[in-house]
Amino acid sequence: MMAGVGGGNDFQWCFSQVKGAIDEDVAEADIISTVEFNYSGELLATGDKGGRVVIFQREQESKNRQVSRGEYNVYSTFQSHEPEFDYLKSLEIEEKINKIRWLPQQNAAHFLLSANDKTIKLWKISERDKRAEGYNLKDEDGRLRDPFRITTLRVPVLMPMDLMVEASPRRIFANAHTYHINSISVNSDYETYLSADDLRINLWHLEITDRSFNIVDIKPANMEELTEVITAAECHPHQCNVFVYSSSKGTIRLCDMRAAALCDRHSKFFEEPEDPSSRSFFSEIISSISDVKFSHSGRYMMTRDYLSVKVWDLNMENRPVETYQVHEYLRSKLCSLYENDCIFDKFECCWNGSDSAIMTGSYNNFFRMFDRNTRRDITLEASRENSKPRAMLKPRKVCTGGKRKKDEISVDSLDFNKKILHTAWHPKENVIAVAATNNLYIFQDKMN
Amino acid sequence: MINTMECAVDAQSLISISLRKIHNSRTQRGGIKLHKNLLVSYVLRNARQVYMNEKYAEIYRMQQYEEVMTVCNEIQELNPLDLVEDCEEQTGDCCGSANESASLCGALLPVSHQAPAVQHLQPSSACSVPLALQSEEVCKAPEPSFYRSCCAEAYPVSNCDFSPVNNMHCNKTTVLDLDTHVVTTVENGYLHQDCCASLQQCCQGAQSPAKKRKLDFGYYVSEIEEVPDFTPCKRAKFEDSSYASTEPLDTSNISNLISIFGSGFTGLVSRQADLEQALNGQFCSKQALASLGAWTRAIVAF
Repeated sequence: MMAGVGGGNDFQWCFSQVKGAIDEDVAEADIISTVEFNYSGELLATGDKGGRVVIFQREQESKNRQVSRGEYNVYSTFQSHEPEFDYLKSLEIEEKINKIRWLPQQNAAHFLLSANDKTIKLWKISERDKRAEGYNLKDEDGRLRDPFRITTLRVPVLMPMDLMVEASPRRIFANAHTYHINSISVNSDYETYLSADDLRINLWHLEITDRSFNIVDIKPANMEELTEVITAAECHPHQCNVFVYSSSKGTIRLCDMRAAALCDRHSKFFEEPEDPSSRSFFSEIISSISDVKFSHSGRYMMTRDYLSVKVWDLNMENRPVETYQVHEYLRSKLCSLYENDCIFDKFECCWNGSDSAIMTGSYNNFFRMFDRNTRRDITLEASRENSKPRAMLKPRKVCTGGKRKKDEISVDSLDFNKKILHTAWHPKENVIAVAATNNLYIFQDKMN
Repeated sequence: MINTMECAVDAQSLISISLRKIHNSRTQRGGIKLHKNLLVSYVLRNARQVYMNEKYAEIYRMQQYEEVMTVCNEIQELNPLDLVEDCEEQTGDCCGSANESASLCGALLPVSHQAPAVQHLQPSSACSVPLALQSEEVCKAPEPSFYRSCCAEAYPVSNCDFSPVNNMHCNKTTVLDLDTHVVTTVENGYLHQDCCASLQQCCQGAQSPAKKRKLDFGYYVSEIEEVPDFTPCKRAKFEDSSYASTEPLDTSNISNLISIFGSGFTGLVSRQADLEQALNGQFCSKQALASLGAWTRAIVAF
């Protein structure tokens, strides 16, 4: 009996699709760096280290196949960012897409924001399925006609054509960040958005590219006094004046933009006291928050640090209301993880649509789900071996010591090169997208 | 207190690994990652703290051993035959740690423990006190309060009485502001909090005039090829020469992390011991500790 995770019901996660090359040799440019569903869940966008954005669209549910839901197929692919060189500072700017955020759909076209380390771009993705034919001044193949040979006038007619999806950059928001952008977040007013780098947060208007407001600045006057950086930021889902940002010290600050133009002084400060008995060389590293996400309700927020996920009630600042251990067995391996740089991996986390479950990634292509109501948790694996259509995923278990049972995997056997940093949950259904290096796995609940 | 038992990697290895990471971050695509380097600097600070605690504990043990041997000597003058056994017992406790390191500076090296080889009854040679400790300026046993403060705090307060010098500028840090593109040299006034010893002496061989560097990629002047490996095995070649002469670039700012560590972590300490014959063991480690403070801050200062 497979124990699933869900809001009261047991879910059974099944493999649906996998996108990406099968080669063992992974090109660095193909490594997925961000995954995001749009507001309806119809579109799924991925960004990679090569600066490309790939958008998948869910096909309409066919009446014949009621059991399985629509599959995601490639809708559009475009190069969002190119590598750049800052000549003034002699710095190369990576083209890697750090974040993608969708805008809510307001007309036939779709809009998304994509950000690399320095620049944010607003892309319009629109469909074209008609083409005008019968121009007067040019032939069908586009060559200009000799004006003297035109003897009659005709009205061009729109003819159907093969669907073409075009992506065009509508706005480019550049030159506002000295440090590396780690977050972008669209405000609930759908007019503004914020972008955060290591030391500053800027507020933009979607229509205005030559100006942004700096709303948080934690850069000290003397950089020698620097003790923490901003690691993530997000706008509140309903209150357009509220946002939060997390720090490398494991703290979260909630700010109200109505209070002051510069929100250096927080309205709320969330911090859990450190357990002195667990102090180690790496305490600061593992307490650094890598992701912060509001719940859909806006009542809670979730933070991810290296070993755990914490759920905070916005009304309680002194400690989280829930803490989930993602891979506590790594605590004794921190030295090795520091040497091979894995300890700096930034895992993300996400809520399901009803806020009853949360999901985050781990190593060995494992990802973890926690049911907030039943307090059950499950570990699943994204692998090609379990990639038969609608094959049910078997729960995985890591053996932390003693005798290893069958089907368990020991900590020393974990592949730390296979890490799941980015996951996304469909906003309305139990469909999840999991990025495993250069592959995108899509899993669905069987009951769907 | 930091739990140091979690892994076999000792503080010194961690320091070495961390510095290597910082050095490698120079050449990574996308520029220096502020967040990662800040976290690495925390590991450096923690390792330094543990290292300092261990060293002060060692110093304290050496001091106790010194006192015991002094008493042994005095008593032996009265009755050499009766007290050899006592000395041997003491030797077993103290020489074990003393023989571990040929000098206190050498104590910085991960040397395997050597069993005390007490062959002679002459206490002066049987218990081979490190040369440094035989200096007249052997610091008296540190007061417990100082010891505690040194162990407990990352930056020992300047309440110890080893040196009256409190506001020496040992190091200058060059900082490039990414926003204004201004290179400024910051007098590091924090050092007096770290180093109770005379900073003037500690910087004697290491000081070079702080100069404004032209804007360059990264903040470390040394070229990559000039930076030797950080592993301890390479330290030997720097032990004999003075710091100034091994400095490949005389225009390097002393707080340049790579130029400091280009001499090797332990090499730096042993050179200082060579320069200052009167230095006692505490002085030696203090200089290293003082420099560490600057290093930690210089790392953070982008």
